[in-house]
Amino acid sequence: MMIFADLVQALYAFTTSWGIPYVVFALVVMTIQVGVVVGYIAVAAMFLIWWERKISAHIQVRFGPMRVGGWHGWAQSIADGIKLLLKEDIIPAGADRVVFVLAPMVVFAASLAAYVTIPWGPGLIVRDLNIGILYMVSISSLAVVGIVMAGWSSNNKYSVLGAIRSAAQAVSYEVPMVVALLGPVMLAGTMSMGRLVEKQAQGSWLGILPGWYVFPQLLAFLIYLICALAECNRLPFDIPEAESELVAGFHVEYSGMRFAIFFLAEYANMFTVAAIATTLFLGGWDGWWVRLPGLSPELSHGLFGLAWFQGKCYFLIFIMMWLRWTLARVRVDQLMDFSWKVLLPLSFANLVITGWVVVAGPQGRLVVLGILLVLALTIGLAVRGRGRAATVVARG
Amino acid sequence: MEIKLAIFYVLAAFTLWAAGVVVLGKNIVRAAVALIFAFCGVAGLYVTLEAEFLAAVQVLIYVGGITILLLFAIMLTSRISATASRVVNDQVALSAIAGAGLLAGLCYATLEGIPALVGPPHLPETSPFLGRALLTTYALPFEVVSVLLLAGMVGAIVLARKES
Repeated sequence: MMIFADLVQALYAFTTSWGIPYVVFALVVMTIQVGVVVGYIAVAAMFLIWWERKISAHIQVRFGPMRVGGWHGWAQSIADGIKLLLKEDIIPAGADRVVFVLAPMVVFAASLAAYVTIPWGPGLIVRDLNIGILYMVSISSLAVVGIVMAGWSSNNKYSVLGAIRSAAQAVSYEVPMVVALLGPVMLAGTMSMGRLVEKQAQGSWLGILPGWYVFPQLLAFLIYLICALAECNRLPFDIPEAESELVAGFHVEYSGMRFAIFFLAEYANMFTVAAIATTLFLGGWDGWWVRLPGLSPELSHGLFGLAWFQGKCYFLIFIMMWLRWTLARVRVDQLMDFSWKVLLPLSFANLVITGWVVVAGPQGRLVVLGILLVLALTIGLAVRGRGRAATVVARG
Repeated sequence: MEIKLAIFYVLAAFTLWAAGVVVLGKNIVRAAVALIFAFCGVAGLYVTLEAEFLAAVQVLIYVGGITILLLFAIMLTSRISATASRVVNDQVALSAIAGAGLLAGLCYATLEGIPALVGPPHLPETSPFLGRALLTTYALPFEVVSVLLLAGMVGAIVLARKES
């Protein structure tokens, strides 16, 4: 939005007129940006915790928190947060103190750093890096490091088991996730989050659908959502903190404020994942908008874009919560098999086909799709034939 | 320019400190954790050299992948993670000579200016150039490295598999 650029310009003019060097100006702007993002994370995480409790309650035919604050217990998260902050800070006697203290910081820093390249609205992005999506994926992969540090430093067998499971899960699901994300990147020809959204806002599919990459890349979208659930350690992939087997997994020994930071980072991560999916597949801030009375077109477009982005993100988060309270936890071997034997081949197939279509261009696209159809039919028939032969052999 | 230099010195000091903990730390898990910080410091140095793509890939592969697998392996073998390991063995003199030789070589390269050492080319976006170079000019080395990695992977699977 132009108005923010104007504000920054005004601030710059003000500081230079007082003879303050550029470094100070840049530091002030960065501090304001970080403050806004941290404030947003805190409020959003508290809302999400309350929302998840309400959703889970309604799925299980309960009411959930109802008393604190009056209307449907809206202040429950605030009360819980104050309670966690005021609790005694406990570090187990056998723990590795330095690593134990460092672990929640690493986890939270990783989820906070990913917010740098989230495109909130048209032109409303902290820093539109050239390598935007790659930066987000790589910086959020740091969270696992914090989880492993927490698990090992607690000096508790349950924690170590949780950390080992988390490491195995994160490493396996990162591969299909990154390969699936390459689909939209290849279609757009850029990794910058801002330009990915602009490309989708400009295009359209078949003349009626919006130009969002979810339509040609539906498979990649589904693969990404599944992998994202696993990266967030949420059900059905929450084996690192499976209550019935590991008590609470890597954060058994954490309490009070340190536990609160883990909790905050988990919900901040959920929003990051939803923001990546929204930006790459659902068109980001792109959507229908009108000029609001009394506002400039740019400002109204910005406000509508902000609302669209938030709406799409929270819709995806709602789906993640819905899945959590509907599905059962998978076993460790099922988890690994699903990643390496199902998701990885599918994501590679998606990558190859997308590349082929992109290289063929608008004219050759139909030819490529025809060849692929024939190939798929041949492979399907061959597999069916082999299956039949196998059953005949088994019977004979 | 001075800010960039200050950032470079901070990052370099951080990386060296973390690398020192990796080499001299008695506890192997702590050493592995310090290795993560050392890799992050190197990624920061890449950013100061305007190689953002390399920095992001460094974090993604070395921090998010390789070190996690390293920690995974350490934790599964409780014998080495529980006891303090020896920091030096009998080959101190040999490794000191090798290290000093490497240092001398690097110093010579930096001071005398071997042609390969040039400043950052100030490209607007590095990743498209990198991709094009890897698939055209450097296609053969790229493929050779791929085959080498594949051979290593197959070898690891063959070694780890139990004969039934």
